[in-house]
Amino acid sequence: MRENLHRFFRAARGVGVHVSPAESIDAMRAVKQVGFSDRAILRDSLLLTLAKSQDEKLALGDCFDLFFSQPEPPQDQPEASSENASQDADPPPSSAAAAETGEGQPPQELGPLAQMLLSQDRNAIAAAIASASGAASLSDIRYSTQRGIFSSRILDAMGLQRLRDDLDQLTATNPALAERLRAALDALREAVRDTVSQGLALYAREEAENLRNEILRNAPLARIERRQVAEMRALIRQIARRLRERYSKPRKRQRRGHLDVRRTLRRNAAWGGVPFLTAWKRKHRDRPKIVALCDVSGSVAQVSDFFLLLIHSLHEVVDDVRSFAFSSHLIEVSEILKKNSPEEAMAEIMSKVGFGSSDYGSSLVDFEKEFMSTLTPQTTVIVLGDARSNNLDPRADILRRISERSKRLVWLNPEGRLAWGFGDSEMPRYATFCTVVRQCATAQQLERAVSDIVATYQ
Amino acid sequence: MADQKASTSIEAVQSGLAAQGYIASRQIATAVYLSQQIEKPILVEGPAGVGKTELAKAIAAWRGMKMIRLQCYEGLDEAKALYEWKYAKQLLYTQILKDKLGEVLGGAQTLHAALNQLHDFGDVFFSKEFVEPRPLLQALEQPGGCVLLIDEIDKSDAEFESLLLEILSDFQVTIPELGTVSAITPPTVILTSNSERDLGDALKRRCLHLHIGFPEQRLEERIVESRVPGISQTLRRQMVGFIHEIRSLDLKKLPSVSETIDWARVLVLLQASELDTDIVKDTLNVLLKYEADIEAASPQLTTFIAKAARSNVFG
Repeated sequence: MRENLHRFFRAARGVGVHVSPAESIDAMRAVKQVGFSDRAILRDSLLLTLAKSQDEKLALGDCFDLFFSQPEPPQDQPEASSENASQDADPPPSSAAAAETGEGQPPQELGPLAQMLLSQDRNAIAAAIASASGAASLSDIRYSTQRGIFSSRILDAMGLQRLRDDLDQLTATNPALAERLRAALDALREAVRDTVSQGLALYAREEAENLRNEILRNAPLARIERRQVAEMRALIRQIARRLRERYSKPRKRQRRGHLDVRRTLRRNAAWGGVPFLTAWKRKHRDRPKIVALCDVSGSVAQVSDFFLLLIHSLHEVVDDVRSFAFSSHLIEVSEILKKNSPEEAMAEIMSKVGFGSSDYGSSLVDFEKEFMSTLTPQTTVIVLGDARSNNLDPRADILRRISERSKRLVWLNPEGRLAWGFGDSEMPRYATFCTVVRQCATAQQLERAVSDIVATYQ
Repeated sequence: MADQKASTSIEAVQSGLAAQGYIASRQIATAVYLSQQIEKPILVEGPAGVGKTELAKAIAAWRGMKMIRLQCYEGLDEAKALYEWKYAKQLLYTQILKDKLGEVLGGAQTLHAALNQLHDFGDVFFSKEFVEPRPLLQALEQPGGCVLLIDEIDKSDAEFESLLLEILSDFQVTIPELGTVSAITPPTVILTSNSERDLGDALKRRCLHLHIGFPEQRLEERIVESRVPGISQTLRRQMVGFIHEIRSLDLKKLPSVSETIDWARVLVLLQASELDTDIVKDTLNVLLKYEADIEAASPQLTTFIAKAARSNVFG
């Protein structure tokens, strides 16, 4: 049973529950106290010791149900399907006769697996499958493509070779029995396949998810398929959480060694100014103030969407975000994003300013007219767009004024560096006024860009 | 069999807590049982008013132990939670002992000898007598064990969490001048949190994690029954059913168990025998604490009352 618990811990890690060795020891101790007889209590105990948040509890609960229901399907399946199979294969009267001959004279010359199958001992078969999957180290399964090889490994471990020999022999001597054995073998294959599928669901989830996320992180955001959008949002939220953890550190840090004379004197007034308690100078860290200008025309829209989602889920790290969206003219969208779910917000923004042909010049004019006062020397301005202004006046002079008023001006461009300056791209002209210009087409680049922006305030 | 013992012990915990007026679900009872068996603190999370603090009180009352409570808040530090030197007493004593000082040092001929004698003497002032124990140290010093409730840990600073780690894993505290103080009897530690911020992994790892959510209808009826004995069965069913309907709404603050109990008391005081629209409207402010919530719930009151009454017939 200890072995089983260890496998359960691995499965738990697979569903994203963080099980450290210390926690597994705790769980072992708890299980030792409560025993295995009452499944509900066992489940509660494992949930108490292993899962450390509500999400983890849900995930682990599902995992527990899947894991400990495992022995059952192989128990039922071989019986049900083998009986059906044998009944289907033979007309009713002869099947009864065959069953009688099968049980009446157990053929001594058959191998153990064949005897087991013919006697239809469900428990023995289930146990054999379990031990064979242990021997084939089923818990190492990682990808769905490995299902075949693991199935055949398990069958080999159970003695398939011997069974085949028996089958060949029987076909010559006792065709009815051979037929029955063949049906039983099919049922066995099915049971093993189910076991392997279950193993895959239990142990391989983590790997599969990592692989998928890795691919997703490096996929160009603008060309993401519709069905992947939800996954992408989850990934963005994950990135936001990571950035939050990294940067939501205390905002004041003591600068050791620099005495704050004023505060020290005030604090020690009660002792007549004799400095019993000392106060040290502190360094105050600012939280970023961000003004984001996002192009929402055509191909850039999706990147803007994810970018806005990321910025707005950073509210613990970022003090103040004002977002603006534009294509041919510019509006503020902070409120829309705050009130609605991401999907609704994006739909609303799109209906207001989206899908127009982009005009950077007039959008910048809009910004200067109405919102220039939002910029302070602590503000980071982020412009996200491809800088393709349809050959209209780019008004780079406004961008210069924006850059002068703010701490930093960062331009994120979803297009590759090679495309900048070709066609109607005004990137080189704008780039002269930007503190940083970087390409930003995938989730990974997005994460790096935002991380750099937040890091400059630390 | 150990297994048999476990399930009966868990039932014993349940009935023990019930005797103190705390109706525990099986999860809660299992957590209490396990924390006793493997000597681990319990970290209780859940919305406000579901009985997290009440659990600690009930355990203390059931086991007949003293309960020591440490309320956490921003800025709570070592001096207020763990121990403090009695500065005033130390000063006073040095003043009084000033005369003695001459005698102690009188025999010494050189400065070096005087210093040596002073060293033996100086340790007196950093001894147990001059330590003011705060809740955490008090809890360790109880000879018969106690229930230590660290309330709303999420309100404290992250540094305070690290301070707790030594106590939570080893039940001991290190005071630099005195050495390590170990618990005489390990206390039962309950930490509560409203998930205002995420607690550190190190803290979570040392605890059993128990999430108390809103109880099921049956359980909540039993809770009301034990807390407000004067209420009739029909009314109890109806009001609990009504509250469960209210919880399905999207409100700023959902009514929790403490509100249910308050409401039951109010209804008993008003001598209501059945739930009707008027009485619910008049007393809704007991359940819902925001004007916006009351407005959101108002249009649906009649439907909810009807539903609650119907479930009463079938339940």
